[in-house]
Amino acid sequence: MSVVVLKKTPAPAKHPPAQVVPLPVAAKSGQWAQKSLAWIVSSVLPPLVVLFVLLAIWQIAFSGPDAGLPTPTKVWAESSELILDPFFVYGSQDIGLGWRVLTSLERVAYGFGLAAVAGVLMGAVIGQSALMMRGFDPIFQVLRTVPPLAWLPISLAAFMDSRPSAIFVIFITAIWPIIINTAAGVRAIPQDYRNVAAVLRLNQIEFFWKIMVPSAAPYIFSGLRIGVGLSWLAIVAAEMLTGGVGIGFFIWDAWNSSRLTDIIVALIYIGVTGFVLDRLVGWIGSVVSRGTAS
Amino acid sequence: MTMAPTKYLHIDRISKTFTNGSKVTEVLQDIRLTIDKGEFVSIIGHSGCGKSTLLNLIAGLTDVTTGALKLEGREVNAPGPERAVVFQNHSLLPWLTVYDNVKLAVSKVFSGTKTRAERHDWIMQNLDLVQMIHAADKRPGEISGGMRQRVGIARALSMEPKVLLLDEPFGALDALTRAHLQDAVMDIHARLGNTMIMITHDVDEAVLLADRIVMMTNGPAATIGEVLEVAIPRPRDRIALASHPDYVRAREAVLRFLYERHRFVEAAE
Repeated sequence: MSVVVLKKTPAPAKHPPAQVVPLPVAAKSGQWAQKSLAWIVSSVLPPLVVLFVLLAIWQIAFSGPDAGLPTPTKVWAESSELILDPFFVYGSQDIGLGWRVLTSLERVAYGFGLAAVAGVLMGAVIGQSALMMRGFDPIFQVLRTVPPLAWLPISLAAFMDSRPSAIFVIFITAIWPIIINTAAGVRAIPQDYRNVAAVLRLNQIEFFWKIMVPSAAPYIFSGLRIGVGLSWLAIVAAEMLTGGVGIGFFIWDAWNSSRLTDIIVALIYIGVTGFVLDRLVGWIGSVVSRGTAS
Repeated sequence: MTMAPTKYLHIDRISKTFTNGSKVTEVLQDIRLTIDKGEFVSIIGHSGCGKSTLLNLIAGLTDVTTGALKLEGREVNAPGPERAVVFQNHSLLPWLTVYDNVKLAVSKVFSGTKTRAERHDWIMQNLDLVQMIHAADKRPGEISGGMRQRVGIARALSMEPKVLLLDEPFGALDALTRAHLQDAVMDIHARLGNTMIMITHDVDEAVLLADRIVMMTNGPAATIGEVLEVAIPRPRDRIALASHPDYVRAREAVLRFLYERHRFVEAAE
């Protein structure tokens, strides 16, 4: 493959040491093209191959006359419209999957946004004190394991409405890893930074913004990343029960009207959106906490 | 220094005990020391003798158990920028550039007294003092250990401290870099006339830099064993000093203290 070729070409070890040969400038663009080609070969090709193989196995496995699930070709034949046009609007309940994902994302934005702010603040307070940590941590560790849907009945009882209930379920699902990770990050702030803050007499707010947030950023963002993943898990499940126009309710609706191929398309949408959310938070984290580790 | 000796920093019968559960360890006992304005004092002792604890007490980062600490007649019991510390491992914030690290200190200390432009000039002036202007936009991870320590010194100096505390600042550096930084510190001391207290375990460093060398006995319950005046005139030059009789005598005195009278016994506890 081209990777191997790349490694073999620059091998001028036998030249006399004093001879410096300047590289032609034009070679740069060629190198760039070669590099991006190598990247495609090494990073994009393998998942595509695996995907193709899996689709082929799926096609063969469910080609029989009495197969329970549709094959990929059948999914394409019956539901390709959902894939090709995500943003159609035919009526208040008949809208493209793109709109449905956006509706669900809006709920996630509210719930997760609240959880992020509250979680980081609570984590900061709890992480600052060993006593608070000892008091709160076991409780968080227990609450953390409660599945998102188990909160839903309580939430419905408290809010009497499905919309805030769904948001609350996301909030309560996402907040625990954010609190726990932030607290761990705050506890891990080196004593040296605390000493610097003490000598400078930074007050609580200055300490929070100038020392705590940057220093704990890697921890905070790994909490946020887990939290956003859980939020997305929770919203799909919650919408199945609360209704509305979200992607979760779409699946439930499709199941009730036996549109299995639509469900499969919706699953792909959910998976891709979850992946993008995860990468987005991860990317923001790596930008924000650049330089923190060194 | 030709200034009339005043009781600038007064350490009055300080002791420090650490309590861990039921186990009480006395680290320092009955420390008495008076330091004049503009004086350079080195504190030397074997590792574990509590010299860093003593520095933390002066900085206010640790509370004294008994005794009192007075700076210009006022009692010290909390950390503050008038007793700036150059930390052992530089303690720069890795997410800030060199400039911003100094700026953090300057904007906190001079927020009410200097304008934005004056603060910028002051930051640059301090970076210039340690010859680090060229790296102002670099992060601590991108510069060498010696450079980081220079920035640490600039940050501490930028607070315009009454007393500059240096906690084994060059301990982790190689010998050549250390020599450069020692010269830089001597130069700064000559120019600004700061009061400086430096913890060290390097005999040559102590003799080269200090007006007085405070020698600590071994812990636990360490105290000041001896204080040696180093009457070598400044400016001091390390090459000329190597054979200077006063230098040789001072060096020998410290070595005798450390290796004859207060030999370090491993795991003495």
